[in-house]
Amino acid sequence: MTLLSVQDLRVTFGTADGDVHAVKGVSFDVAAGETVAIVGESGSGKSVTANSLLRLNFGADVRTSGRILLEGRDVLAMSEDEVRAVRGRDVAMIFQDPLTALNPFYTVGRQIAEAYEVHHPGTSKKDLREIALDSLRKVGIPEPTKRVDQYPHEFSGGMRQRIVIAIALVNSPKILIADEPTTALDVTVQAQILELIAAMQQEHGSAVVLITHDLGVVAEITERVMVMYAGRVVESASVVDAFATPTHPYTRGLLKSVKSLDTGRHERLESIPGIPPSLIKLPSGCPFHPRCSFASSLGSRCSTEVPELRAVGSSSSACHLPNERLLDLLGGAHDR
Amino acid sequence: MIYFVLRRSIFAVVLLLIVSAFTFVIFSALPSDPAALTCGKNCRPEVIESNRERLGYDRPLIEQYGSYMKGIFTGRTYGEEGSSIHCPAPSLGYSYDRHECVTSLIASTLPVTASIALGAFVLWMGIGVGLGTLAALKRGKWQDRVATAFSVIGVSLPTFFLGLIFIMVFVIWTGILPFPRYVGLTENPFDWFMALLLPWFVLAIISAATYVRMTRNGILEVMNEEFVRLGIAKGLSRRRLIVTYVLRAALVPIVTIAGLDFAFLLGGALVTESIFNLPGLGKLTLAAVVNSDLPILVATTMVAAVFIVVANTVVDILYGYLDPRVRAK
Ligand SMILES: Nc1ncnc2c1ncn2[C@@H]1O[C@H](COP(=O)(O)OP(=O)(O)OP(=O)(O)O)[C@@H](O)[C@H]1O
Ligand SMILES: [Mg+2]
Repeated sequence: MTLLSVQDLRVTFGTADGDVHAVKGVSFDVAAGETVAIVGESGSGKSVTANSLLRLNFGADVRTSGRILLEGRDVLAMSEDEVRAVRGRDVAMIFQDPLTALNPFYTVGRQIAEAYEVHHPGTSKKDLREIALDSLRKVGIPEPTKRVDQYPHEFSGGMRQRIVIAIALVNSPKILIADEPTTALDVTVQAQILELIAAMQQEHGSAVVLITHDLGVVAEITERVMVMYAGRVVESASVVDAFATPTHPYTRGLLKSVKSLDTGRHERLESIPGIPPSLIKLPSGCPFHPRCSFASSLGSRCSTEVPELRAVGSSSSACHLPNERLLDLLGGAHDR
Repeated sequence: MIYFVLRRSIFAVVLLLIVSAFTFVIFSALPSDPAALTCGKNCRPEVIESNRERLGYDRPLIEQYGSYMKGIFTGRTYGEEGSSIHCPAPSLGYSYDRHECVTSLIASTLPVTASIALGAFVLWMGIGVGLGTLAALKRGKWQDRVATAFSVIGVSLPTFFLGLIFIMVFVIWTGILPFPRYVGLTENPFDWFMALLLPWFVLAIISAATYVRMTRNGILEVMNEEFVRLGIAKGLSRRRLIVTYVLRAALVPIVTIAGLDFAFLLGGALVTESIFNLPGLGKLTLAAVVNSDLPILVATTMVAAVFIVVANTVVDILYGYLDPRVRAK
C-alpha cells in the first residue's frame, strides 16, 4: 500500500547569487512499513527533499511545486493548521545533530511529553510523565526516573540522539524521516543508533526514509535506495540490486568510492572525478555528463538531453546509455 | 543551586570591600584638601588644621578607612564635645559644605532616582522588547522598518536633546504637562506620576533603542536554531513556538543586560535629573563635583558601586536560574 507518493517535486531557493535549484523533479513512493534510503553527495538535495515532506524548508524565497501525497492528501496544498497536525504525528523527523536539536532550556522529559501533548491536548500531567518515562525506557536510556528531569546538556551525544528518536516516535508516526541520524556521532555509537531505529521501526510499524551518504548504513537497514545527483533521482533500486548491479555510472562511482575506502586509502573523491555541479548554473543535458566517463561515447546527446528515469532490469536509471550497455557495466562495478 | 547563590554572594561582598577601599584611596589621592573645604574662602590656617584633626584627615589613610567602614556599621561622631555632630549608622560621612550627614542626603535623594529608574525601566523594557519582537516577527515588513528607524534615531539622540525637545513640546508649546516638580510618591501619587512622566519617556526611549535591536537580532538568531526547527517539526503552533521556544531563549541575555543597565541608572541619572530639575542622586553627585564635596562623592560612588555589584550578583543568579547550562557549572 502506498503511504507516501512524491510526484515531480521541485524546490528552488531564490538567493542573492541567483536561483538555487535544489530539487528538480523528484518522484518516489514509500509503502507502509518500508525503509527507503536516499543517498548522494553533499548538496544533492537530500535534506531539502526530506524537509519538503513536512514543509520545513525556510527562507525568504522558497518555491516548491509538485505533489506530496500522504495517504492521498497533498501536503503542499494543506493549510498551515493541517500541516501542523501532520507534523510529529503522521510524519516525524530525526535531525542530524542531536547536540543542537534539543531545546537547552527544558528537561528532556518535558520535551518528549510536549511532542505527545501537542497532538493529544488535555492529557494529564501524570499520564504525560508516564509517557515520557516509557519513551526513555524504550530508547534505552538507563535510570529513566532520574534522567527524565535532566536537561539535554547532561547527556552524551548518543544519548541525546536517543532522546530525539524518543520524541520522534512518541506518537507512533506512519513515516519517520531520519536525516543523517548518525553522522554527528561517534563511530561506536552509530551502529547502536541504527539498531535502535530498526528496532523501533519494527515495533511501531513506521515507514522510514533514511538519508545518508554512508552506503554501509544503507546496506544494513534499508530495502530500497534512491540515488540523488544535483537535485534529481538518478537511480532507484532495491538494496541488493543497487549493490550488485548498479545501473547508473554515478551509482557505480559511489560504490567504487566506498570500496576504495575499504582498502584503507582516503580517496573518496578520486573515484568520481570532478566536483558536484553548481545548482545555480547546472550543466546542460545530463547533469552528470561532465564527470561521466561514458558520456563521450554517445556523441553530444549527454550534453544536450536530460535523461528520464526508466526501467533497467528491475531498477530504474536516468542514463542515456542503452540498457545492454548499462547492464554491461555490472561486471565493472565489481572490479577494483 | 543554593551553593551557587552562596558562592556568588560571598564573591559580591569581597568585591564590595575591594571597591570601597579603591574609592576611598582614589578620592584621598585627589589634590584638593578636604580640610580646607570645611570653612569659607578667608579661612585662617589654624582653623583648617584644627578641622583636619577633628575630621581625622591627619591620621593615616588605613585608619581613616577603618573608621569610615566602622561608621557604616556603628554610626559616627564628628568633632569633639561642644560642637560635635553625630551621624547614626549607617554613616557614610559628613558634608561640611551642606552641614548634613551624607547618609540622610542620600536617603532623601535615592527615592527620587529610584522612582525615575523604576518607571523608565518598565517603559523601556516594554517598548524595547515589544517593538523588537514585533520587528523580528514582521521581518522586512513596514513594522520592522519603523522599529529599526526608531532604534537608529533613539541610539543617536543625546539625552539632554530629547529632554529639551520634550519640555519644549509638552510643557512650553502645548502645555499638556506642567514643568516637572518632584513630589514624593507617598505625598501625592498623581503629582509624582505627572512629574516623572517626561523623564521616564526620555530615558525609556533612549535605552529602548538598544533593546529593540538586541531583541530583534536575538529572536532572529534563535529562529535559526535547530531546536526551533525540531519544535516546528513536532507540530507546535506558531504562538506556542514563539513564546516557549524563541522568546524564552532570546530573552535570557537581554534580562541579564537589563539588570546591569537598571543598576547603572539607580546610581543616578545625571543628565535627566538636571534637565528636569529632579532632586535625585545624580543631581546630588553633580553638585558635589562642583563644590568638591568629597564626602558626598565618596558616598555616591560607593552607593552606585553597591547597586552595580548587587545587580551583577542578582543577574548571575538569575542567569543560572534561566539557563540550566550555566547552573551546572
Ligand atoms: N534555505 C536555503 N536557502 C538557500 N539554499 C538552500 C537552502 N537550503 C538548502 N539550500 C541549498 O540547496 C542545496 C541542496 O541542499 P541539501 O541540504 O538538500 O543537500 P544535502 O544533499 O542534504 O547535502 P548534505 O549531505 O551536505 O546534507 C545546497 O546547495 C544548499 O546550499
Ligand atoms: Mg543534508
